[in-house]
Amino acid sequence: MADAVHIPDEAETRARWGAFEWTAENAEQAKKVVARYPAGRQQSAVMPLLDLAQRQVGAETQTNGWLPVPVMEFIGRQLDMPYMRVYEVATFYTMYNLAPVGRYHVQVCGTTPCMLRGSDDVFAACKNKGLVKGGTTPDGLFTLNEVECLGACANAPMVQINDDNFEDLTYDSMSAILETLAAGGQPKIGPQIDRQTSAPEGGPTTLKEMVSENHDYRGQWNEGATA
Amino acid sequence: MPKVKVDGVELEVPAGATVLQACEQAGKEIPRFCYHERLSIAGNCRMCLVEVKPGPPKPQASCALPATEGQEIRTDSEMVKKAREGVMEFLLINHPLDCPICDQGGECDLQDQSVAYGRGSSRYDENKRAVTEKNMGPIVKTVMTRCIQCTRCVRFAEEVAGVPEIGAIYRGENMQITTYLEHAAKSELSGNVVDLCPVGALTAKPYAFEARPWELKKTHAIDVMDALGTNIRLDSRGRQVLRAVPRINDDVNEEWASDKTRHNVDGLVRKRLDKPFVRKDGKLVPASWAEAFAAVAAVQHGGSVAAIAGDLLDCETMFAGKALVEKLGGTMLEGRQTGLSYDVSSLSSVVFNTPLADLETADVILLVGTNLRWEAPLVNTRIRKAIKKGAKIFAVGPEVDLTYKVEWLGNDASLLAKLPEAVLEAFKGAARPAMIVGGGVLAKDGAHGDTLALVETLGLIKDGWNGYNVLHFAAARMGGLMLGYATNGGVKAVADAAPKLLFALGADEVDYSLFPTSFKVYVGHHGDKGAHAADVILPGASYAEKAGTYVNLEGRVQFGEKAVFAPGDAREDWSILRALSEVLGAKLPFDSFEQLRAEMAKAVPALGVEGLADYGWSVPSLPTGATGEFGSPIKDFYLTNAICRASPTMQQCSAELIHGVEYAEAAE
Repeated sequence: MADAVHIPDEAETRARWGAFEWTAENAEQAKKVVARYPAGRQQSAVMPLLDLAQRQVGAETQTNGWLPVPVMEFIGRQLDMPYMRVYEVATFYTMYNLAPVGRYHVQVCGTTPCMLRGSDDVFAACKNKGLVKGGTTPDGLFTLNEVECLGACANAPMVQINDDNFEDLTYDSMSAILETLAAGGQPKIGPQIDRQTSAPEGGPTTLKEMVSENHDYRGQWNEGATA
Repeated sequence: MPKVKVDGVELEVPAGATVLQACEQAGKEIPRFCYHERLSIAGNCRMCLVEVKPGPPKPQASCALPATEGQEIRTDSEMVKKAREGVMEFLLINHPLDCPICDQGGECDLQDQSVAYGRGSSRYDENKRAVTEKNMGPIVKTVMTRCIQCTRCVRFAEEVAGVPEIGAIYRGENMQITTYLEHAAKSELSGNVVDLCPVGALTAKPYAFEARPWELKKTHAIDVMDALGTNIRLDSRGRQVLRAVPRINDDVNEEWASDKTRHNVDGLVRKRLDKPFVRKDGKLVPASWAEAFAAVAAVQHGGSVAAIAGDLLDCETMFAGKALVEKLGGTMLEGRQTGLSYDVSSLSSVVFNTPLADLETADVILLVGTNLRWEAPLVNTRIRKAIKKGAKIFAVGPEVDLTYKVEWLGNDASLLAKLPEAVLEAFKGAARPAMIVGGGVLAKDGAHGDTLALVETLGLIKDGWNGYNVLHFAAARMGGLMLGYATNGGVKAVADAAPKLLFALGADEVDYSLFPTSFKVYVGHHGDKGAHAADVILPGASYAEKAGTYVNLEGRVQFGEKAVFAPGDAREDWSILRALSEVLGAKLPFDSFEQLRAEMAKAVPALGVEGLADYGWSVPSLPTGATGEFGSPIKDFYLTNAICRASPTMQQCSAELIHGVEYAEAAE
């Protein structure tokens, strides 16, 4: 069912965020973003500014940030565009949060490659730590969401937590990541197994000589062809 | 002028035309949902697919494809048929099969086009999606599950109405059309999205479940809610008008109508005067026609007779009223009920001289003392179009939100004598400058003269162009002025003469306390202010219940037809006056409506010819030097006349949109 938007109570939100203003640093950044576009086309800056605002809200609330309605309106005013148009953009993209989230926004990919590689285990790990899909834990630490492909299929299954990807997950490694975060630590970003980014597991399988130095393979072309 | 071939027929199309327009020119019907002549092109419904060579070997959306030299377009090929069937099938995937309970049934684009272009049966057996209803205000009822996301309403709100508060949120399967935070869109034109909606997603709330389109008798009429003379079609069943919808007239209302025009009709069956009343011992008591006439005949007026005409009158009633007053020996006629007394020696100085369609081409516009959104919403949309073409707008008067950018010069009448340099500069360079003088100006002493003095200063008269425009907002005003319903000094002067017998012809805005000694005969249709003050009430017909001639603010003479009969003993106004004249011994010289029209055309020839009346152009010399602030003559857009005040829909609009009362939605 396509429901109406679930956003927090308007009056409450307005009371809390009605006076939203950029911090000095973000005001500077916002000006820079707007200047990227020709005069009269300042509306093109709406997406970066929404992101900036979400980050500022996050910093103020010690969370991953969200977009209260008055903040969207603030951006609408700055860019001289109707509130509805800002609102349309904010609802279109899933990266903008329309309701408060926890300090860590856990976005688990559940699309086919990740599902085939075990995203169910990742969800199980989350569930075991008390995370509920679409909800925030009572301590305000974690918000769990299932998302569609985040483009790291070579490292499936994966999860995006705030701005970082954690890849090649298992039940155990996901549990470990959540534990580390809950304890205030910083887990290793990227693949959780012996692997450099999306390179083959356990080190290179081809062009091995290239690892340490530049190697001239040209003399070996024919060898390779016959092998 | 590119030459294209449509289904083998070669034709030349105007430069800039789209393939869809080329096909239409060739007489081919192209199905469409999102495309609309008066809105921007969206190209998202894909129903208008045609085959075009040269181009990719796939069907293309004709609405968004420019016609170019040498194109070969096919609208009858197998590919096109398949494409249309495919699109229709996709559109129907999530569209509910609730046509039998849908108000759009019978006039639904989707219904018609699925019959004409659909596959005939559905292959889809998954669950359909459902969408929650939205709040779009007191006029628009939503059933969003039916929405096919053509975005016509979104584009209308942004482009024509100028309230960008409707939009599409979320995306893909979750996409839904809604208003900003589900607050009612505050527009006086919101009813138009009901006509624009090609399906039953947006329907008229007051008309919900009232009737089926094929049961309705359709009558072409002229609207009387404002002075624009919107061309409307009254849809009636039996003796009741159920709805009013606009007719297309590019010279007047294009194809829009204000909410007041559309939804005052439920006021036509409420608070009606359906029998004569006579005041006895200070109380109005029902009487027969003969008793009522006898009561009028008993007045010893000795020639001291006057008539005041209301805002909703047709010219025929006013002409009959005038004839009666003159026969009885009276001279005083007045139509400007609220006491205005501007000079009418030259009608060209009190009319909207620029034809409305030409107003779109104006390049600099000065608004003086007017809230266009309330006084003439459809003039406002013309100005929005002018702005799109680059017009610049200045305004003197109280600041209001006109939905576009206006340079407010301040609310001070003395500004007219010393306009800022920037304004004069802008007008100097203008080829088609216009000034719109609102009701606030005519109410102020000297301001009318000040604006006429500006005609020269601002160079409003060019070859084939007259940019001096007075904006009236009473449907009867221009007709009344043409018939002489204006007395020097206005209502005040009439009151000072203390007429013994006063005919109040549908006049509900007059201050009747000015006439304590007059015997007041009210001829009208609603039990409103005029009837309350009357000594005799003669129940008349509203605009829907009589044929009539109306003159709009630009002096355009238009004829409306009669949709239904007046309730009870009420009669058409002219026949009341004719019958009364016989009792008073001053028999009017016409026995039928046709004879009356002929007499009227003899007296005022322009009223017999449909189209713009020619008033020439002459500027009377009037006192100038107005000072002080302009007021607004309209206090509440939705309650400007007796019909609106009797209409529950208009009452609710007023409460909700103007006074901010929140109504709880009834649970269904």
